[in-house]
Amino acid sequence: MKIIILGCGRVGSTLARRMATEGHDVTVIDLTSDAFRRLGSKFKGTRLVGGGTDMDVLRRAGIDSADAFVAVTNGDNRNIMAAQIAKEVFSVPKVMTRLYDPIRADAYQDMGIETICTTTIAAGLLHDIALDEPVENLVETLRAYRRESGGV
Amino acid sequence: MYCIVVGGGNVGYYLTKDLIRAGHEVLLLEKDRGCAARLEEELGETVMQGDGCDVRMMEDAGFARADVVVAVTGEDEDNLVVCQMAKTKFSAPRTIARVNSPANERIFATLGIDGTVSSTRIIFNLIEQEIQTDEVVPIAALSRGNLEIVVVELSRDSRVVGQRISDVHLPAEAHIVSVIREDKGMLPNADMDLRVGDSVLALVSTEQEDDLRRSFSESS
Repeated sequence: MKIIILGCGRVGSTLARRMATEGHDVTVIDLTSDAFRRLGSKFKGTRLVGGGTDMDVLRRAGIDSADAFVAVTNGDNRNIMAAQIAKEVFSVPKVMTRLYDPIRADAYQDMGIETICTTTIAAGLLHDIALDEPVENLVETLRAYRRESGGV
Repeated sequence: MYCIVVGGGNVGYYLTKDLIRAGHEVLLLEKDRGCAARLEEELGETVMQGDGCDVRMMEDAGFARADVVVAVTGEDEDNLVVCQMAKTKFSAPRTIARVNSPANERIFATLGIDGTVSSTRIIFNLIEQEIQTDEVVPIAALSRGNLEIVVVELSRDSRVVGQRISDVHLPAEAHIVSVIREDKGMLPNADMDLRVGDSVLALVSTEQEDDLRRSFSESS
């Protein structure tokens, strides 16, 4: 698949390296070229410097033919805006974003953006491990949450 | 009216003062503590320190009873999210966003923001109007971006000068809504002649803006 990843932080670079190793066509966008160091020298994908809410940058990244778009910058609002542009303007089939604020994650999940709130997930995992509860409970809770809000 | 202004920079500050002067109930929300404290010294209880995208803060600020929410921070994505959260979580009847990058105006309209204001665009348009005539200059996007209000200032060379409005060949999805002559706005009628120096305001679908441009261009 052709995937565009916005934000080359820890999550973005890890995902990019994994997808590229699996043979997918990966383009990573970040505001600074410094961030691309995280990808390592063996990374086969495309690196693009620019803002993720800039339509020209997104076009250069090949968003018109992308199968998936992932927004993982460290700004919730920037992720939200970029994800909405990918979905509403460029009709990318699969649009995902990572948000820190659980309330915003709920709100935009309801609006049809696939949101993953790492705050909720990490807190849930830590809770289950601390209480020796099976981790599967959390996975099931997340599945139910995605079904309820119409996620895939 | 209860107006909530998000973003205490220059735009937010002067807007808040004007709204208070006009007799409205205003709340100015500013995220930065230092900035909020400075504003509070002058504007008192009108100022509240907090993040305008944080739902608990929005509840405290009374977004649920706001008549209008105006987001004027320097970051377009923050302005977008403030307006969308105000709409989806608090059913705000009217939301207005400042747009710093003119390219975002159409995106905001597509994403359901009622009104956008781009100072970049307004200043650009003013300069364009100074140096070019017969150029179709967009001044507002309507109806989620499908319709535009545009203005054309007629030069001596425009093909429509001397024509009656009813004789102007307009694209199917365009209407002349007003003619401004010597600073006086007039409602158009079929028999009105168009003159050099007239500013013609038209409503046009975005797709047919180029056709409209040809309707008014220099006669060949």
